[in-house]
Amino acid sequence: MAKKHLTLVMMDAPFENARTVSALRLIDAALRRGHDVTVFAYEGAVSLTFAKQAPHANAVHGRDAVQEDHPLPKDWIAALMGAAGRHGGQLEWINCGLCVDERGVGEAIPGAQRGSPADLWKAAEASDNTLVIGTR
Amino acid sequence: MPNYLLFESQEPFESAEVPRHYELAAGLVREGNQVTVFLIQNGVLVARRSVGSDAFARLAHAGVSVLADEVSLKERGIPPSRLADGVKIATLDQVVDQLAEGRKALWF
Repeated sequence: MAKKHLTLVMMDAPFENARTVSALRLIDAALRRGHDVTVFAYEGAVSLTFAKQAPHANAVHGRDAVQEDHPLPKDWIAALMGAAGRHGGQLEWINCGLCVDERGVGEAIPGAQRGSPADLWKAAEASDNTLVIGTR
Repeated sequence: MPNYLLFESQEPFESAEVPRHYELAAGLVREGNQVTVFLIQNGVLVARRSVGSDAFARLAHAGVSVLADEVSLKERGIPPSRLADGVKIATLDQVVDQLAEGRKALWF
């Protein structure tokens, strides 16, 4: 299939809902098939790319931070950005600027941009398809 | 005529809205559309043969393609041998292809 451009809208904050993992799996599958993907992160989802996420020890498990190997969404997204280039596609990640300010998560990983709903509209207009994964 | 891809991430015992989503899928087929219901996350729980899984046989009979995410099935310990009639195992690659072909997509 020829390269397509897909846009996904994500709204869930990290560490809260299986929808986040499902969305990242969808992005991964699209990138592996060589498509370009734009993500517009609204509301809590703007924290997915927050650069200060940190692994931690788990006293209940009796493990230190290295042993616990706590997964961090920012690392998954950085990996997806790297994978995009290897498969001939592009992952554009846009965080809603107002949502970022509300949550104080302006320090994002490289590649995550700040935008507005106008950017979502432009991305949807330019895309072959758009999927909104809303909160409930 | 547009075609549709409906993601169902809940099971009927979790939300009373879910049967309405199945009805929407059947209704869209009656209107002449091609429709896929893609079960993901807890949406696959009812794909295991149970009192609630007859809905999928009815959907398949109506012409709806019912697919279940293989990863969600594995996570929940549902082997292929336990799947209800009318449900097929699928990967996200198949879903991405339907998105790329431009199907109208809704996430429930």
